[in-house]
This record gives sequence, structure tokens and C-alpha cells, in this order.
Amino acid sequence: MYSKGFKPLAIATVVAIAVSFALVFFYAPLDADQGFVQKIFYVHVPMAIVALCGFVAGGIMAIKHLRSGDRSWDMRSYVAIHLSIILGTGVLITGAIWAKASWGHWWLWDEPVLVSFLIVFLLYCVYYPLRFSIEDPDRQARYSSVFAIAAGAFVPINFAAVRLAEAVTHPRVLSQTGGNLPGEMRLTFLVSIVAMALLFVTLWKLELTAKNASMQLKRLRTTLELRSAT
Amino acid sequence: MIRTASAILRKDLTIELRTKESVPAMTLFTVTVYVLFHFGLDRDSLDGELASGVLWVTLLLAAVIGVTRLFATEREQGGIDSLLLAPVDRTALFVAKATALFLYLLLLEIVAVPVFGLLLLGPDLFAAFPELAAILLLADIGLAAVGALVSALAAETRARELIVPLLLLPLVVPLLIGAASATEPLLREGGTSEDLGRYLALLGGYDLVFVLIALAVFDYLLDD
Repeated sequence: MYSKGFKPLAIATVVAIAVSFALVFFYAPLDADQGFVQKIFYVHVPMAIVALCGFVAGGIMAIKHLRSGDRSWDMRSYVAIHLSIILGTGVLITGAIWAKASWGHWWLWDEPVLVSFLIVFLLYCVYYPLRFSIEDPDRQARYSSVFAIAAGAFVPINFAAVRLAEAVTHPRVLSQTGGNLPGEMRLTFLVSIVAMALLFVTLWKLELTAKNASMQLKRLRTTLELRSAT
Repeated sequence: MIRTASAILRKDLTIELRTKESVPAMTLFTVTVYVLFHFGLDRDSLDGELASGVLWVTLLLAAVIGVTRLFATEREQGGIDSLLLAPVDRTALFVAKATALFLYLLLLEIVAVPVFGLLLLGPDLFAAFPELAAILLLADIGLAAVGALVSALAAETRARELIVPLLLLPLVVPLLIGAASATEPLLREGGTSEDLGRYLALLGGYDLVFVLIALAVFDYLLDD
């Protein structure tokens, strides 16, 4: 049920990633003051954007689950949050590398985007202990969905709050997400975002298919055991 | 709904009045943490950023205790089953629990903030008063809403005591940002706060969003 259209999607992902890497290395110009290390930007920022969108999408899927009572939506929400956390780890690591290379510190507290991301990441890490310490599967799905909704709404509030706190002391001159990039950089950046989003959707579908298959296998096995017992 | 909510609230307050479980524990905890901060920072008096940070972090940690205990009596004695069997609207339950937590926090602050002024604060506490009271009130509303939601979320898990702090503390970071930044100039000698309105708006917005979210999703918690 989840594997519909998986093959073209996977091919599109591979092509998009190949194109985006080609653009990053051969087309996008070297940054004037940061040099080669600035190219991590084409991995770091798309990863962050996709991870945040994944968190919010997990919340929206959770709303669907609670409204329809269909547990497959909870599974979708869980996989989306799970993948976003994996991407989030990547965001924090690449962010630290970039910060070290261009500002000389592994971590900067006056960088609101980085700090907000850490808070969101810490919150979502609690999703696992919460989810897996509830045994009843129906209740597990419901409680996880409630968490996903509250946390999904928390993401924008948190970004606004951290930015408000920083805005007073550190006015930001240049927006990081590419409001004023030169044309070649912007094209590379957009292609990288598309590639990362495609990668996310592909992995999401793959994980859902795998989870679904292992659940079906389990069900078949129990039926078989019951039948052989009688 | 209001009648049901006030009945549950009355029950909770009676239990609290007789067992004296949450509020005294929270108060004692805050005073102990002040002592810890005194030795940890090796400072006799604090002001400005440091004072507001110590005050707010301590209050939030004390709130964790209140949130952990919020559904504890029902869980331990099995009262939750009878409560859920009775025709009680979940919204009423949420309102009652959040109000109880709000009152606990208020009681805690009535003691803990003057004690802070006495033990650690350098500048005069009364100079900060009307503004500080408004910040405390707004922060309490948000804490009560988020706390009741987190408490209900964690109530069904195996590791309740573990989940509550892990879940509550990241969720209240925006609240801490607003409250601590708004309080900071008030606790400085001769400090004026030009950004107070903005931070109060942040606190108010946070309260509004989380009260609405909690009301919307609480129906799906605690039903069997």
C-alpha cells in the first residue's frame, strides 16, 4: 500500500542528488570570504529545512490520525518524526562544522537558528521514550499523536521566541537562508532543497513499506502458530 | 462543565490541603536550590541577568515537581478509573487540573519570590513589584496549561517521573526566554525595561497557543 510509485520516486531522488552534488562542486562559485567550506551550506540548510518541515508534517499527520482514528496515519507521523530526528542530528553536526570553519567556534549561542534547532531537537528526542513506554498499541498511537501535534505547534513559537530574544542584543544583518544569494548559488541551493526533500520522501516510503511488511509478517506468523496449535 | 471542573478542583485542593504533598515540597525545593546556587556561584547577592536566570530556572524546576504529582494521586489509588467512568468531560478535567496547578504555582511564588529577595537578591524586590507580578501571572498560565497537558501525556507511561521533566523543560524554553528577559531589567539597580511590552506579548501569545492546543487534544488523552 505504501510502495505505490516507489520506483520512479527513487530514480528521481538519485538523479536529483547527483545533479545537486554536481552543481555544488562544479557549478556554484566559491564563496569570497569562506572559500570551499561554505559548500556545506548546500547540505546543512536544506537538511534543516526538510527536518523542520518533517516535524510539522508529522504533526499534521497526527491530526489526521486523531480525526479519522486510522492508525496508519500514526505510523506515517512516527516515521516522519523519526527521519526528521536523523536529519536533525546531521543538521547539528554540519552546523557545528560550518560554525567552526567560518566563525572559529563549534557552537555559537547568538545564532538563533542554531539554538532554536537544538531546542526543537531536544524536545523531539523525548518522542521515543514517550512512545515506547506505552504498551497498549492503541493508546501508544493516540498519545504519540498528541505529542506530535503539541510539538509541531511548538516549532514556530520556539523559533519566534529565540529570535525575539536575540533580536534585542544582536541585530541580524544578513539572512542565512538565502534571501540575497547570487544567481548560481541560489539555483544550486534550490536544487539541493528539492533533492533533500525527495530523499526524505523516498526514505519515508521505504521505512513505511518495511514497517508494514514486518507487521504483516508478524500477523501471519501468529495466525500460523494458532492454526498449527489447534 | 464549569460545575464539574470546580468539583474536581475542590477535590484536588482538599487532598492537597490534607496531605500537603505538592506545594510544601515545591517550596522546600526552591529554597534548597537557592542555597545550592549561593554555593555553586559563590555569590552573596545577585542582580540583573544572573538574578532573573536563577529565579526562573528554580521556579521552572519546582514546577516539574508539581507537574509530576498532578495526576499521581489518581494513578496510585486508582481514582482515575472512577473519574473516567463518571460522565466527566475531558475538557472539565483539563480545566480543573490546570487551575489546580496554577494555584499551586501561585502559592509557591508567594513564598518563593520574597524568599529569593531575602536570600539572594541584591536590589530591592519591591521596586520590581507590579511588573514582576504581571510576568509571574502570565508565565503561570502558560506553565499550568503545558503542565497539565504534559502530566496527562506522561500519566500512562511506565517512566512517568522520567518523561515529565524531559518533556516539560524543552516545551517551556520560550516561556523562560520571555519571562527571564522581561524580569532581568527589573532586578537591576535603577534598571528600566523598554522591551517589557514585547516580552509580555510573547508570554501572552504562548499562553494562548498552548491553552488552545491543550483544550483541543486533551479529549484524546486519558480515555479507556
